[in-house]
Amino acid sequence: MGEAIAFYFIAACILGFAVLVISTKDTVHSVLFLVLDFLFVAALYVLLGAAFLAAIQILVYAGGIVVLYLFVVMLVNLKRPPEAHSDPHRQTRLGFGMAAAVIVELGAVALYSTGKPVVPLASAATAAIPVSGNTEQVGWLLYTSYLIPFEIASMLLLVAMIGAIVLAKREL
Amino acid sequence: MVDTLVIPILKILIVLNATLVAVTYMVLLERKVIAWAQSRLGPMRVGPYGILQPVADAVKLMIKEDITPTRADKWVFTAAPIISMVPALIVYAVIPFGPEVNLFGRRVTLFITDVNVGLLYIVSVASVGVYGIILAGYASNSKFPLLASLRASAQLISYEVAVTLTLVSVILMAGSLSMVSIVRAQESSHLWYAFVQPLAFGIFVIGSLAETNRAPFDMPEAEQELTGGFHTEYSGMRFALFFLAEYANMIVVSSVATTLFLGGWLRPFPSVAMLSVLDVVPSWTWFLIKSFLFLYFFIWIRATLPIANLVVTGIVKVVLL
Amino acid sequence: MITSTHYMFLSAALFMIGVIGVMVRRNIIIIFMSIELILNAVNINLVAFSAQLQNGIGQVFAIFVIAVAAAEAAVGLGIILAFYRNKETVNIDEMNLMRW
Repeated sequence: MGEAIAFYFIAACILGFAVLVISTKDTVHSVLFLVLDFLFVAALYVLLGAAFLAAIQILVYAGGIVVLYLFVVMLVNLKRPPEAHSDPHRQTRLGFGMAAAVIVELGAVALYSTGKPVVPLASAATAAIPVSGNTEQVGWLLYTSYLIPFEIASMLLLVAMIGAIVLAKREL
Repeated sequence: MVDTLVIPILKILIVLNATLVAVTYMVLLERKVIAWAQSRLGPMRVGPYGILQPVADAVKLMIKEDITPTRADKWVFTAAPIISMVPALIVYAVIPFGPEVNLFGRRVTLFITDVNVGLLYIVSVASVGVYGIILAGYASNSKFPLLASLRASAQLISYEVAVTLTLVSVILMAGSLSMVSIVRAQESSHLWYAFVQPLAFGIFVIGSLAETNRAPFDMPEAEQELTGGFHTEYSGMRFALFFLAEYANMIVVSSVATTLFLGGWLRPFPSVAMLSVLDVVPSWTWFLIKSFLFLYFFIWIRATLPIANLVVTGIVKVVLL
Repeated sequence: MITSTHYMFLSAALFMIGVIGVMVRRNIIIIFMSIELILNAVNINLVAFSAQLQNGIGQVFAIFVIAVAAAEAAVGLGIILAFYRNKETVNIDEMNLMRW
């Protein structure tokens, strides 16, 4: 019961703030709603027992990426509004049409699946992880089975860092 | 019922109130210590030796007019002080003040909670605090606060990397992210990590001086250039929140340093049996003493050192000449 | 009882909000933020399945997604700044030149 209340509350907050992110006129307010949204996503991770990922979510998203957005929004001090409401290129119909299609699809899935017992998926045969605890498990996987993707991710970050510096420099 | 609800709420109330009182008296301590360093007396008027000065300050700030500039972004302007205060307070949820004690026939732990990712929690919550500074500068809609907030947040973000990397050394030594386990690991290795990782400790101290915008890293609040910093447009209670947040952050940093590097609630030299007389002192006292010494060190630095650029140029000159 | 179906519905809804944001808004910073929402929707799914299957692989993938999002934000915002310096606009419809 408590879990259900927590889930519905967090889900409502996530969706509500997400709508505010894309509907607010002031870009700075939009960024702030994005932070709140990420904090609630982190809360959802805690609910799912992924405490390590929740901390990473707050640290990287809320503490890093969104600060970057905020800096850019403040540097890009807009003298004229960036978009007119009657912009011919707004894909309003397409956007809401796609949303409607997905809602219909979700409704169909919900109708189809109501009343059917939830079959627990057979747990994918994982090599026995000799550690317990969320952080330890994630760390174990990262440094054994997923070592090469992990290293590639670090290379990607390095390349992105160099690229951002090159792009942001006025004169090379 | 008592164990799951009443005791945690009591603990939270005690820790919150103790923190707020400590923060206000921290201000008094700073004024006193700097005054003594400059052979002055400091506040002496309110109460004996000025001991009621924080109360007077609080009353003054509360009854002052709370001004919102006309062109300010009102919601953000109001939210910014709160955003900078809250992270500094909720960090205390995972800081261990002591191990279990017997209290009125109950086993009570002297920490609010011990989560598996305690250290990461502290780092991530502290990284949210930077929003208060950025938003204060932005929402004031005024040039100098904006420049000051950009300076402050740039300094915060860049030193955060160094500080977080020093924490990695502690995590590697302890093999855990939980604050309680880190203290226990120091107990079982018979050494405070400040002695095992002196470099990391040094970087942590310097980095945390910079993260709390303290002298000698107080360029973001340079009064000559920026007319006071990101909170120039604030007044009354909202200014007080920024002011308190800064000192609360100092207390947070010193508690974290105590837990990670100075052995938390352990007595000095936890392995030397000769000193076991010291065990009569309750363990949480050691925590408080160490944190206090760390805070005193901060004030001492501020009273002694000029701004960092001057320090660096001074060192360069001494080395070169 | 909250099953992973609930989490999938939440994730799909968040994904759709992100897609609407990309389609409807013309401010490129908002579009970038909508993309972050989409990535978060994916992450919610990954973590929900990780919890259902009782292994940490989904969380490992979520960490990779976060790393990619960080890289994307850094480079993307660098491009936005470089563009703004030249054309003084963040409207995506005015970004119609490959070079100048």
